[in-house]
Amino acid sequence: MAYTQRLDGRKIDELRPMDAKAGVIPNAVGSAYFKIGNTLAYAAVYGPREIFPRFLANPKKGILRCHYGMMPFSGAGERVRPGGSRRSQEISMVIAAALEPVVDLSAFPNAVVDVYIDLPQTDAGTRCAAICAASIALADAGIPMRDMVSAVAMGQVDGTIVADLNYGEESYPAVVSDIPIAMIANTKEITLLQMDGEITKKDLMAALEMAKVATQKIYELQKKALKERFIRE
Amino acid sequence: MSEVFVAERDVVIPGEKLADGMDFLPGENTYRDNSGIYSRVLGIVGLSGRVLKITPLAGPYVPRIGDRIIAKVFDITMSGWRVDTNTAYSALLNVRDATTRFIKKEEDLTQIIAIGEYVVVNITNVTSQNLIDVSMRGPDLCKVEGGRIMSINSMKVPRVIGKAGSMIQLLKEKTGCDITVGQNGLIWVRGTAEGEYKAERAIKFIEAKSHLDGLTERVQALLN
Repeated sequence: MAYTQRLDGRKIDELRPMDAKAGVIPNAVGSAYFKIGNTLAYAAVYGPREIFPRFLANPKKGILRCHYGMMPFSGAGERVRPGGSRRSQEISMVIAAALEPVVDLSAFPNAVVDVYIDLPQTDAGTRCAAICAASIALADAGIPMRDMVSAVAMGQVDGTIVADLNYGEESYPAVVSDIPIAMIANTKEITLLQMDGEITKKDLMAALEMAKVATQKIYELQKKALKERFIRE
Repeated sequence: MSEVFVAERDVVIPGEKLADGMDFLPGENTYRDNSGIYSRVLGIVGLSGRVLKITPLAGPYVPRIGDRIIAKVFDITMSGWRVDTNTAYSALLNVRDATTRFIKKEEDLTQIIAIGEYVVVNITNVTSQNLIDVSMRGPDLCKVEGGRIMSINSMKVPRVIGKAGSMIQLLKEKTGCDITVGQNGLIWVRGTAEGEYKAERAIKFIEAKSHLDGLTERVQALLN
């Protein structure tokens, strides 16, 4: 039995309802909130500032450091233990790697830009939501950037390629693959590509094509969120 | 054929395409990729002839030689003071750049400027690694005494000063305060308690509404 009707009734290439806003945390240099379905991410940028511990400093250019965290009450199931875990460390690392190609910190040697991302509510696709929020927050902070990064998960549920899986689909009792993809808006260069599960090469290429359209939709929203801050009365 | 996709004073985000074709030139905060010109920061478009540039709406202060800044002393070394410049980098204020008086070798430098005090200084040197030297020699450079220090985003400093100092002149007149603006976003306001409060409120207003036109008139209405 193939997966023809999605659990929440979406079309196969339809994303969950999204919302984004820039400048939500007054204390931060730049901040943003990004919501996709029931997944909610807040990002706050601090810096460029002095780096601690000192041995991490790079005298040639500034460092981008991300801190990803799911809040204890965020998941649908058990309480998430606060503080870092092996999983959150890895995701922080891939988020930083996904944003690094666009962020230009050459003017800030020995300094660091910290991006704190927290998710008050999660329903799959957290690293993608985190990247989208972080990208808006970095732009809002006025950090020099070549472009924006937009991210979304693609996947295959029981033979059908779908966009933006929710938790129900991710844990569907069949062969499921979950592929978070981050792309640079203009060039559609891939800065993040991970996968859980299995998929054929042909289907993966089809999923990547779908991701181009999906990330473009997210990019339009990110653009709107940033421009909304500066509407002339 | 070259074409431009944005108008003067449009708000653009990083990576947004500003123009296409070789008839246009990339200016400040833009870059060229193949034939297109793209923005590098969140900011406002400026078109002067064939050159496209972006005035940032946010962003960190980049120290430049000749800038007057307000900095906080946080450490004392053998030869002077280390000051916090409100950036990722601290600056060094040498004793001979701080006072014209003869300083004996064993003299206590906290008697001249103590830790935690603010100084109005000029940037005299910046290296490629952003090591900063500052000096207190010059007109209007001094230790901060009295009044209050407030902080705004350094990109909003030109708006607080205004064209040929029109905004700062207005603030001084309407509030009766003396106001010293550091390029790094720290502002020293001194006057009566009421005046200081009014000035601080007006400066915060300018920071929040800096992207709007006719700011001077708006501030005038606020202060009346």
